[in-house]
Amino acid sequence: MRILRVAVLAAALVAAGSIGATAAQYTIVLQQMKFGPVPATLHPGDTIVWQNDDILRHSATARDKSFDIDLPAKSSATMTVGAAGTVAFYCKFHPGMTGTLVITPP
Amino acid sequence: MIRTIVIAALLAMGLSGAAIAADAPTDPQIAHIAYTAGQIDIAAAEQAIQKSKNADIVAFAKQMEEDHKAVNDQALALVKKLNVTPEDNPTSQALNKAAADKLAELAKLDGAAFDKAYIDNEVAFHKTVNEALSTTLIPAAQNADLKALLQQGLTLFTEHQKHAEMVAAAFK
Repeated sequence: MRILRVAVLAAALVAAGSIGATAAQYTIVLQQMKFGPVPATLHPGDTIVWQNDDILRHSATARDKSFDIDLPAKSSATMTVGAAGTVAFYCKFHPGMTGTLVITPP
Repeated sequence: MIRTIVIAALLAMGLSGAAIAADAPTDPQIAHIAYTAGQIDIAAAEQAIQKSKNADIVAFAKQMEEDHKAVNDQALALVKKLNVTPEDNPTSQALNKAAADKLAELAKLDGAAFDKAYIDNEVAFHKTVNEALSTTLIPAAQNADLKALLQQGLTLFTEHQKHAEMVAAAFK
């Protein structure tokens, strides 16, 4: 039993370590009614901080409904990048604001 | 300069005739005009939220109400910081008069006729305000903070104009 518990703990630590070593964090700034530059390289498990610098509420909403981040004025929110693929997103309050995430396998 | 704005605004709101001549607007006048334009769109949005049964129209109107309130709150904070008192002027008065007439006109409409008239007016109104901002108000503004806020407003209202055009396309 004790051996099993140690093994589970060790596995968890290894897993946590491996994720920590490869996951990256990026910030996408929303300013002046536009999404700023999107990271050129994105992998599942990376994190994106959506930072709304405008005085208005925005959202980062995936067209495929895989995420819908509410961004009140002057706020930020963090999300974990999902499965590999190309995901178009927009602001549901200001549909002229658009962008695309390209997520590639690790 | 103000004459141009007034004529454009009146034409956009379906009015013609009276136009008021004046010199280039001062910062207190510009602040008043910009705030007035925002309040006009908030009143139009409130009317649409109350009258319309169309989900797209109501969503658009709610967005206009929220955004213009946010910009006007920012404008009030700025004039307070700058210790400037917005000054009423013929352009603001003409805008208010035209807007009141438009509200009364739209009040007589219902259903799809109201929805179409509201969204068509939103396209025209934002177009007019954007032209006034870019050709008159922003160039005339002397204070850098006021100029920056107007610029921010122009970016937002340009998006509003496109959004209104998208919604209006469904009523063609």
